Amino acid sequence: MGTMRPPRNYFMKSFGREAGMLSRVADSLYWMSRYFERAEHTARLVDTELQLWLDQSPETGAGRWRFLLEALRAPAEPGPIDPTKLVNTLVFSRKNTSSVVSCIAAARENLRHVREQCSSEMWEHLNRLYLGVIEEKPEEGWILRSHRFFRSVVEGSHLFKGIVDATMSHGEGWQYLQLGRYVERTDALASLTGTHFRRMAHPLEQTVEGAEYLDWVGLLRGCGAFEAYCKVHTAEIRPLRVAEFLILSPDLPHSVRFAVDRVNAALHVIGDLTERRAKLPTRIAGRLRAQLSFSQIEEIMEQGAYTYLENVRSECAEIHAAVHKIYFEYPVESELAS
Amino acid sequence: MKVPSSIASPQFETAYDEMFESPGVPREHYQALHKTLLGLRPEELRKSQQAADLTFLHEGITFTVYGSKEGTEKIFPNDLLPRIIPALEWAKIEKGLTQRLTALNLFLRDIYHEGRILSEGIVPRELVYSCKHFRREIRGLNVPRDIYVNVCGTDLVRLPDGSFAVLEDNLRVPSGVSYMLANRKVLKRVFPEMFRDYGVSPIDHYPQALLATLRSLAPENCPHREDPTTVLLTPGVSNSAYFEHTFLAQQMGIELVEGRDLLVHDNVVYMRTTAGLRRVDVIYRRVDDDFLDPLCFRPDSILGVPGLFNAYRAGNVTLANAIGTGVADDKAVYAYVPEIIKFYLSEEAILPNVPTYLMTNDAHRSHVLENLEKMVVKAVGESGGYGMLIGPHSTAQQREAFRAQILAEPRNYIAQPTLALSSAPCLIDGEVESRHIDLRPYILMGEKVTLVPGGLTRVALRKGSLVVNSSQGSGSKDTWVLREGNGEDRVAKLAELAR
Repeated sequence: MGTMRPPRNYFMKSFGREAGMLSRVADSLYWMSRYFERAEHTARLVDTELQLWLDQSPETGAGRWRFLLEALRAPAEPGPIDPTKLVNTLVFSRKNTSSVVSCIAAARENLRHVREQCSSEMWEHLNRLYLGVIEEKPEEGWILRSHRFFRSVVEGSHLFKGIVDATMSHGEGWQYLQLGRYVERTDALASLTGTHFRRMAHPLEQTVEGAEYLDWVGLLRGCGAFEAYCKVHTAEIRPLRVAEFLILSPDLPHSVRFAVDRVNAALHVIGDLTERRAKLPTRIAGRLRAQLSFSQIEEIMEQGAYTYLENVRSECAEIHAAVHKIYFEYPVESELAS
Repeated sequence: MKVPSSIASPQFETAYDEMFESPGVPREHYQALHKTLLGLRPEELRKSQQAADLTFLHEGITFTVYGSKEGTEKIFPNDLLPRIIPALEWAKIEKGLTQRLTALNLFLRDIYHEGRILSEGIVPRELVYSCKHFRREIRGLNVPRDIYVNVCGTDLVRLPDGSFAVLEDNLRVPSGVSYMLANRKVLKRVFPEMFRDYGVSPIDHYPQALLATLRSLAPENCPHREDPTTVLLTPGVSNSAYFEHTFLAQQMGIELVEGRDLLVHDNVVYMRTTAGLRRVDVIYRRVDDDFLDPLCFRPDSILGVPGLFNAYRAGNVTLANAIGTGVADDKAVYAYVPEIIKFYLSEEAILPNVPTYLMTNDAHRSHVLENLEKMVVKAVGESGGYGMLIGPHSTAQQREAFRAQILAEPRNYIAQPTLALSSAPCLIDGEVESRHIDLRPYILMGEKVTLVPGGLTRVALRKGSLVVNSSQGSGSKDTWVLREGNGEDRVAKLAELAR
């Protein structure tokens, strides 16, 4: 009795309007979400770093600043690093387009271009956060008292996601927000985790102790995963478990696999809504998802977490490029021909 | 709270006072507000004003001032004290504006077709053809329902005798309606009881009425006329009215597009969506004629859509307002509007013009040049308070500059006597003070004519100033048109209570 089931896309067709949304708008929503996610990630990482800094000896501290720059893919200048200057570059500099303030400004600018597409609550919240961060002036000793600021950014981002989910309809536009957020997260987590494993050559099965312990806690905190890790594995830290948790956990919101799953899900819905299901982005994302779902951590560690995660990052970049080509900037001629 | 007993501005003893009939005696429809004000402490009002300002800032209800460096986004100052118009007065305004816009649409249809009014010498042919907003490209072109101006914002002032007159028509891309709606939203929060008791006519249906107007204009060639794809075309985020564009698109539930989202193929307009190209039928454009199509108008425009004009000519897309409406709000043509009304409708104008001197007329010109310090001089094709001389507030140097410009290009200027705009109580730094105001109601014309009761009351916030344009640093306040019947009864009841 095939007639019992509504045809595929029945609800979309009957309740929604025509398929598709403005390409420029989709593009802006996607980038808005990416920038906001990047701001949150950078804020969390720098905050974690500054907390660790208080506990560490000056020598180990210096090494960590370089690691932070590498994990964030920020360019490092040669010579000794001045923490105040570094934090200023990562947080406040408008020259650095990936600094926390630049990212929030860019997110707001993108949202401003598509204000009519989002709920008023979303705009109001992001606008208020923006007005708050540009007010912040880093004075002497700011970095020691900066926790409140970072917390406001991270919380602002969490709150924004809640507002988005509660006030914006979960249609195609919402899916681009998801897509942007999780593409950015996949890339950022892969970079952070990969860089960490390349730097720390600790035996995989042994419990970490002593001075190194802080580095591993830093990694987990940087992913907002320390508490979640303890719940599963207790506070006993073993590199292999950490790797498995951060790369392959299906439940942890800040694991690579979790993020890739969401990218894949968003692309499927977008493919359905735009009737472009069979297109390239969905295929690449499906392949990446399958790879992460069926990988064993031991295999990954054999080729090296860094190598494996760099591959994830390049697949992610391919998804990004394919989304642009299929949904945002397709050649008009081919569309008119069809 | 101290409320001044009379608030006529010192400069104009004669200016009409919106609130007071005579010193200390508020008009009937202002009595309840007057009483409320007396009962309020200044701090309370100041706090309410701050809360309202914050709402505007956080919601990003802002506009852009051109030519100021850091002033990219400013809030449009909102004044908390409502301006109140009784139902009877409004009824006359409504009738007058409908009459005026009907005549102006007939005028536009005529001058772009047979030109009867020109042949009969009612309006000089020379005047129309020399207008920089006259578009010979659309001669002979038929627009849906023969309506050229679908959205109009006409500026009214109240003269010292209490009657309303038309100061100017805005027939191209009038803005400000979003502030009207935002002001209402804020006022309802600040004075909920008073608002309810007054019986104010609602205005919230404006976006819906606008959408209905636009949809009723679907081109005949549209493949699905009952459900045309309607979009709002904005110049983009750096335009001074960008907030309004996003707001209206959102409230109407239509796409907000920029020129780069659209393309024309075989004289059909499409927008680029994630699911491919979608045909566009009606464009509510907030882009000036000049920038609409680089192939037809200004070639350096990056805001427009190449080929849009041909699609328009082919009847495949509707532009609202139509191209070429600017000729009817030219400030020199304005002087002829009463004649235009008489010509097409055989009626006298319900709302009069203010006296206007044409600089092409020798007698007018010499009179104006002798009395420049008493005159307001305006460039005919400008809007937004740009290119204006306010005689009483001008320097000798400015007057000389205008004198030279008038003599060089008389067609480009008109002059009006400096008007004593009516004044209304406003909240300035927590104190009630008097400021000059005007009124811009919005008129929609499609399948039917719609006026939402009220409009935008603009306030010249600087003491004694007569300039109410948002781009010149003024503010606005909510406009309450009282409901007929029970509204008036309520006012009477309130008045009783007030005594």
